[in-house]
Amino acid sequence: MSSGAPADPRPRSPHLQVWRFHLTMVASITHRATGVALYFGSVLIAAWLFTLSLPMVGAEPPAAFVFMQGLMTSVFGQIVLVLWSAVVLFHFANGIRHLLWDGPRIGFDPKTASTWSAFNFVFAAAGAIGIWFAAIQI
Amino acid sequence: MSIQQDFATPTARARGLGSAKAGTDHHIRQRVSAIALIFLVPWFLFSVINAAGTDYDTARAWVAQPWNAILLVLTFGAAFYHMRLGMQVVVEDYIHGSGMKTFLLIANTFLAVALFAVTVLSVLNIWISAAA
Repeated sequence: MSSGAPADPRPRSPHLQVWRFHLTMVASITHRATGVALYFGSVLIAAWLFTLSLPMVGAEPPAAFVFMQGLMTSVFGQIVLVLWSAVVLFHFANGIRHLLWDGPRIGFDPKTASTWSAFNFVFAAAGAIGIWFAAIQI
Repeated sequence: MSIQQDFATPTARARGLGSAKAGTDHHIRQRVSAIALIFLVPWFLFSVINAAGTDYDTARAWVAQPWNAILLVLTFGAAFYHMRLGMQVVVEDYIHGSGMKTFLLIANTFLAVALFAVTVLSVLNIWISAAA
């Protein structure tokens, strides 16, 4: 709605300030935040793939690719990739939960919803650490 | 109903009163692309982790494998579509100035389409040049 007085004087839905802090609310906010993070992360993936598609310069890989690969293998890049994995895993797990809510309507009661929220955070953190630990071992 | 309201156009009367009854379509598209991503994302995550440390030739050889190329294109299609829909809702929820909102909604669509074009053409370029 644009600025100015609302066209309709009906009461409004309670907003952030009046909600008690609870796990399902944190999971919901995190789902949206991770979605936005993945949006911008995908620009980096596209940039890496584009530089990979550039041809060799003589016997050397293109400088743009060398730069991107240097970024990814740097300590900073590795940290970003581990965080990216955690973000993917959270949005993935919580996304499945959304589908189970919308389709078969599973997991609505408060206890299940809270437990599941906590599980998604643990799954994302443990999954990201586990995957990268395995990747380093190989 | 006052006389003044009778002079209002139907658009003016409807504005600000809520749903335009177009939300279901968006909701379903968001879910269908999510279902596709359930299958594609685990494969993609595994692949990115494996590709992260490899050199130019190894990474290109991997992209040029037909199944990898096909799955990459499918992943990008589903992901950028899903992403565009998701960001649209974020903009609609938080950006209230109509000029800025319109600008961001258009930019969102343009960026999603641009990312799709860049990634898919990159994959095709690598696939075709490997076959040549």
